[in-house]
Amino acid sequence: MKQAVKRQIVLPWSQVLRISFNSVRVRLFRSLITTMTLALAVSFVAYTWAGYEILNGVWPHADESLRQSILGAGYEPVDGNFGSGAKDRWLAFLSLLVCVVGIVNAQLMSVTERFREIGTFKCLGALNTFVVRIFVLEAIYQGFMGGFAGSLAGILVTSASLVVKFGWRVVLDYPLASVALTCLETTLLAVLLSLLGVIYPALVAARMQPAVALRAEA
Amino acid sequence: MKQDADHNVVRLSEVVKTFRMGGNTVEALKGIDLSIRVGEYLSIMGPSGSGKSTLFNMIGALDKPSSGRVFIDEVDVAQLDAYELAWLRCRKIGYIFQTFNLIQVMTAIENVTLPMIFAGMSRDEYLEKGMELLKVVGLAERHHHKPSELSGGQQQRVAVARALANDPAIILADEPTGNLDLHTGEEIISLLKQLSTERGVTIISATHDIKMLNVSDRVVWIRDGRIHRIEDRENLKIRVGEIA
Repeated sequence: MKQAVKRQIVLPWSQVLRISFNSVRVRLFRSLITTMTLALAVSFVAYTWAGYEILNGVWPHADESLRQSILGAGYEPVDGNFGSGAKDRWLAFLSLLVCVVGIVNAQLMSVTERFREIGTFKCLGALNTFVVRIFVLEAIYQGFMGGFAGSLAGILVTSASLVVKFGWRVVLDYPLASVALTCLETTLLAVLLSLLGVIYPALVAARMQPAVALRAEA
Repeated sequence: MKQDADHNVVRLSEVVKTFRMGGNTVEALKGIDLSIRVGEYLSIMGPSGSGKSTLFNMIGALDKPSSGRVFIDEVDVAQLDAYELAWLRCRKIGYIFQTFNLIQVMTAIENVTLPMIFAGMSRDEYLEKGMELLKVVGLAERHHHKPSELSGGQQQRVAVARALANDPAIILADEPTGNLDLHTGEEIISLLKQLSTERGVTIISATHDIKMLNVSDRVVWIRDGRIHRIEDRENLKIRVGEIA
């Protein structure tokens, strides 16, 4: 018997991809709520960072009147660079801090309401790692979706608001590369935050005895 | 697996389970000794709160006893590691629940094939077998429906098909008719009986549905966390006659 027990239990990555993608797709509305918290979190960061990038891009080419109006609007370059001041970093940090709490809460909820499903998976022979893998992958999908949407929104809004403040000349030297990098960074940040929120509840849920997970109210 | 009739597929020895509720501990099982033979159709009867479901979880290795031992095929479940336990749940035991417990986001066929994916079958194999099983329970044409698009009886039939996915030696059913009306309940019971006689599967069912008595080989009556009495089928018929 002991010998027979040593047979395989598997969940290939292709199946993990399929199951977790389906899971996000089917409960799209529910996952959009989680995704929204991520989008909002990074959109503010993207707004701030991309705004500074645009100003940094235009500053060397700006004429005196534009420089005066930028400084007049309250932006302060430190060593000829925007966004590296203590105040700016503090702002980004605070906004992230607030959002992390929201994200952890959203992910915690979305795992908790699926305890029954997790219990069922385990009854059918899923290992703890299968459950964790599925949730981690879902979190990555959501992180990418929310992060990309959020950073895109942030960048668009900051570009638009700068145009409104200073006119079209501010985007003539649009720093495409560094703004794209900001977009990438903030998207990855969202993935990271999403993982941060999901990993603990997923581990807890995966380690439950199936009977305990099944007993949980959905 | 189907050797001599004396072989015990499940054996419980002095199983105790306590739960901590708030400050005080509640003893749900107070020392259960029970042997279940291969191919048997066994019903566990008892009022709600008697410890039926807790006993069900112990037999199915879904929860750990506080003390005592559970043997499945004469292997002590407590000695198995997580991997072996998952193997046992995947290949050896099929579970059926009162609340069906289908994965809501998956279609009928996906639900049925999930245990086969865990068991490492190829896509062609599991799809073919999944459809075959849905045919057995009479739902082949609805394989693409989600649980929310199926009636209670149909959902339970999908659950039966899923329980059969890896040809388990044991099917454990926790109040399988509890959420069904009289007619669909009877359908599920006769489906289970058919599996027991045709495939030699051991069926263990926790229930308080009197309809189950007619098909059971043995009935274990649980009261207040203890085995109150065990009855064989011959004695049962008389009792059922008395009730009716």
